[in-house]
Amino acid sequence: MNPPMIAVQNLSVSFKGPHGPVSAVRDLSFAVEPGETFGIVGESGSGKSTVLRAIAGLVAASGGHIRMAGEALGLRRTKAQRSAMQMVFQDPYASLHPRHTVDRALQEPLAIHAIAEPERLITTAMADVDLDPALRFRYPHQLSGGQRQRVAIARALILSPKLLLLDEPTSALDVSVQAEVLNLFQTIRSTRALTSLLVSHDLAVVAHLCERVAVMQRGTLVEVLTAEALRRGEARHPYTHTLLAASRGYRRVGSPHEGMPLAPS
Amino acid sequence: MTMTVPLLEVRDLSVTFRTEGVVTQAVRNVSFVLGRERLGIVGESGSGKSTTGRAVLGLVPAHGSVSASRLALNGEDLRHLTQHQWSRYRGRRMALVMQDPKFSLNPIMTVEKQITEAWRLHRRTTAAEARKHAAAMLEAVSIDDPERVLRLYPHQLSGGMGQRVMIAAMLIAEPELLIADEAISALDVTVGNEVLAILDRLVAERGMGLIFISHNLTAVAGLCDRVVVMYGGRVVEECAARDLAHARHPYTRALLAAAPSLDEPRASLASVVRDPAWLT
Repeated sequence: MNPPMIAVQNLSVSFKGPHGPVSAVRDLSFAVEPGETFGIVGESGSGKSTVLRAIAGLVAASGGHIRMAGEALGLRRTKAQRSAMQMVFQDPYASLHPRHTVDRALQEPLAIHAIAEPERLITTAMADVDLDPALRFRYPHQLSGGQRQRVAIARALILSPKLLLLDEPTSALDVSVQAEVLNLFQTIRSTRALTSLLVSHDLAVVAHLCERVAVMQRGTLVEVLTAEALRRGEARHPYTHTLLAASRGYRRVGSPHEGMPLAPS
Repeated sequence: MTMTVPLLEVRDLSVTFRTEGVVTQAVRNVSFVLGRERLGIVGESGSGKSTTGRAVLGLVPAHGSVSASRLALNGEDLRHLTQHQWSRYRGRRMALVMQDPKFSLNPIMTVEKQITEAWRLHRRTTAAEARKHAAAMLEAVSIDDPERVLRLYPHQLSGGMGQRVMIAAMLIAEPELLIADEAISALDVTVGNEVLAILDRLVAERGMGLIFISHNLTAVAGLCDRVVVMYGGRVVEECAARDLAHARHPYTRALLAAAPSLDEPRASLASVVRDPAWLT
């Protein structure tokens, strides 16, 4: 049997605080199978993004192990490991260099990893995320939010990574643009052998894209369940139920109408 | 016999911005009437929803021009007020709660100072009296230990707490109209719902009118009585909040279909196709 694409074992991360170390992630374990889309949900401060950053090697773990396809990840990621895992951040306004054109943003990972044929790869990468080739020499400020996020996704995919780390990739987008980006992820998933880890505060987004979901609260993992079970409200932990109820929307006390669900009839 | 005057009347409101010779029509002929009720204004970025709220408060920046055939609070014309006259309305009779308490609270002022400032600006009272009112107001926004929170600075507050303090500061002068612009968008969903419950209760208890501006259709459907949907600076649809799921306009329906749903799995999300005819 193949080892999991990502196996996190007893991971702990703590940060320096003014009154001693602050523990952001405590004793967390989970495994993501190859080809799976795995979600992590939680509220601000739950440590969900820190888990992603620890996997990417952007923050140091203070305890535990992370293995990628059976290979232990050390304190620093090797060049090969870095090209095998790529990250997409929340805010495409902040994650793209304002004075680099789309072309330059896509050139950079290829140059770093000394990959031949940048021309062909850039054209393909742009086509893969439905970016008009005419936008290739534009600057980020000349693009819409959705186009920018497509550039960030193209930049992540251009190295053909095995693992995609998505940190709130649609939270800064309007609902119509979010729909386009989520649909793009669906297409990418069906056309590539790719494992994805999606971090989001939005249960509906996670249930839409992922097969399994981990729920985090205050640095710990409260439970892992399938998206199906989440939809059906078959959570074991009370916190998951709290999150589910909150996500279905606010209800006025004694409200004459149900409020939710908000599906077009 | 006198007709009841609506709390707020907006008729043919247009806002135009001129920057470097480029003219942008941010709001085009928007009309609505608000009673002592909760009106939601929904739309995506650039729909003109926030600018509409700003225009009602006389807060459109200098390079923008506002026109309306009627803009009245309790029958009083707001269209030709001087800055000095506006100050008697803003804060005292109408107030604004914005998205992020991190930016709307003064970082070097204690909570007490920020809340009592609003109170003392509009009433002649002693500091002790103002403090008493501030503490009562914090209790009204469900803060358990007002005496402690009054001494804190904004950086010592969580997002939800900050937004409660903001609401307390805005409501202490007992305005008739509250405009909340993306007031829960920076908050976690559980905290956001708590803030909605507080707004809901205060609006009912004080008989205020509320304009709740948001991109979040779920929140608007849960909180409001009526909803106005804006697109490209125009109102494309107005309906009762409980009927939002059965909205008629193709744009509103597309927005509903584009959102992933917890209750019904959708293989792919509908993309929002925009019809240029909506803008004519």
